[in-house]
Amino acid sequence: MTREEVQQEILNIIADIAPDEDLGDVKPAVRLRDQLDLDSMDFLDIVMELRKRHSIEVPEADYPKLETLDSCADYLTPKFNN
Amino acid sequence: MDRSLDGKHFDAVIIGAGMSGLAAGIRLAHFGKEVLIVEKHNAPGGLNSFYSLNGRKFDVGLHALTNYVPPGVKGTALGKILKQLRIRREELDLSEQVGSRISFPGESLFFDNDFSHFETEVARAFPKSIDGFRRFVAELPTMNDPALFKRMDSARAALAGYIADDALIEMILCPCMYYGSASPHDLDFCQFAILFRSLFLEGFARPYAGIRPIIRLLLDKYRALGGKRKMKCGVSRLEVDGGRVRRIHLENGDCVTAETVLSSAGLVETMRLVGKAGEQDDPRCHERLGFAETMTILDAEPSDLGWKDTIIFFSTEERFHYEPSREPVDVRSGVICIPNNYRYSDGKRLEEGWLRITSLANYDYWSSLEEARYYEEKVQAYEALTQNALKILPSLKGQSLDDLTKATDMFTPRTVTQFTSHLRGAIYGSLEKAREGRTELQNLYLCGTDQGLLGITGALLSGVTMANAHVLNK
Ligand SMILES: Cc1cc2nc3c(=O)[nH]c(=O)nc-3n(C[C@H](O)[C@H](O)[C@H](O)COP(=O)(O)OP(=O)(O)OC[C@H]3O[C@@H](n4cnc5c(N)ncnc54)[C@H](O)[C@@H]3O)c2cc1C
Repeated sequence: MTREEVQQEILNIIADIAPDEDLGDVKPAVRLRDQLDLDSMDFLDIVMELRKRHSIEVPEADYPKLETLDSCADYLTPKFNN
Repeated sequence: MDRSLDGKHFDAVIIGAGMSGLAAGIRLAHFGKEVLIVEKHNAPGGLNSFYSLNGRKFDVGLHALTNYVPPGVKGTALGKILKQLRIRREELDLSEQVGSRISFPGESLFFDNDFSHFETEVARAFPKSIDGFRRFVAELPTMNDPALFKRMDSARAALAGYIADDALIEMILCPCMYYGSASPHDLDFCQFAILFRSLFLEGFARPYAGIRPIIRLLLDKYRALGGKRKMKCGVSRLEVDGGRVRRIHLENGDCVTAETVLSSAGLVETMRLVGKAGEQDDPRCHERLGFAETMTILDAEPSDLGWKDTIIFFSTEERFHYEPSREPVDVRSGVICIPNNYRYSDGKRLEEGWLRITSLANYDYWSSLEEARYYEEKVQAYEALTQNALKILPSLKGQSLDDLTKATDMFTPRTVTQFTSHLRGAIYGSLEKAREGRTELQNLYLCGTDQGLLGITGALLSGVTMANAHVLNK
């Protein structure tokens, strides 16, 4: 998977969690929680959806790496391609 | 689904198909857990269920869905529930209230879903207190604020630190207590802060068709995710060994096992299933608050009668009384709800006029009556409650309520116990709340009323957070 595809998959997950959010203009370098109504419960859900859909484990210590779309791509692309 | 459950093993068994049980079930099933919800009653919904009488559909509760915020407001309880349950906002089909009132002798405060209107009202009626009121609102902690849960002090005392007029304190407490205080006279500041936010800073809404579409939505979701459900069959006993629930015995004789049991039956009610609590003599049951509610179906649109409020929280005395009732029903305070007075889309109107009146009621009295007397006394109490409400509502100008009435129904604390198994007809459960949801058994947790989050929104959020904390994120 490319970085772009990983970012798209994160957006797909967010779209399922928060269907009422407009995801058309999410800035990849800005913290997701600053642009969208996402709180710690939602980030846990992103982690659980990654496990459910892709069998990817994100240990708690790494949660900060999901802060922005860019950091998600940095952290998750190798995991997706493993 | 009526094949025998006997001997089956589940990741989680949930006791109760009320709001909290259904929400917990959806969360767990969504993440692939094998879940069974066991419900004693034949209909789901619990304290917010529905029924039909002479061909007419009734909701058990549902005055208002509290915590309403418009789309786009961040960090709210409603938003959390929608996201956690993967529900789109339109699916709830919520319409906002027209406007509500707190009515006390000599003073009335209007409020609606725009908080600035309430603030203006407070400034008008209580100019001495408006600065303190604003300071209180500015300092009100949020649900996400851990400091909130450390403040277990009295709400009355905390409010007195901000507000100079005792009358305003009484008027603010009245709606907050009626919509979620298990404790008489006063409540802890944390619970109060949650309620104040959910009623005043957020607001009231209602689906056009009442509670049914919400329950249907939850059930459909749960079913689509593969969740299993056993209705009309209560849990009769939780068999314990080595500090854990080992087996769950059902009323039909089946016996199932589960890694985790989540119970929405209430704290004492659940411990009774374990054999660790008495019934009525448990001291934790004594100060429980029972309620009665009347429903009047009107041959008129209430707003045409001049009844334009959505909800009126009233007290006929300056000092508001919220305590176990010594009379069959205590008419000194209560709630009047007119479900017609919501802004339904396209100007739609409900097919009939509705008037619902709630007051505190005495469980011991109602439960002691033999059947025939019980029905006679209900007629009397219905009269007392409606005649009292007519003094609070705008005058009917010569028309009589009897002439406008097409049908009536009424429930008492006895009804609540009969249909939900909550001891002593309590709607807001035990005085003691288990905020973490833990019990003395390792794999038995509480959700709903006795975990401390109340009302429809609170119960849904409770189911979600308990399922997360004790099963998914363990
Ligand atoms: C008349 C009335 C009006 C209300 N109005 C409103 C309102 O307008 N707005 C609002 O937000 N809230 C309102 N509420 C409060 C709201 O309904 C409750 O706070 C909420 O529904 C509680 O949900 P729960 O899941 O915690 O508990 P419950 O709904 O009580 O669910 C518990 C379930 O467990 C089942 N059960 C118990 N024991 C067993 C057993 N041994 N085995 C199997 N099943 C068992 C019960 O039958 C019940 O279905 C009202 C309540 C009432 C009664």
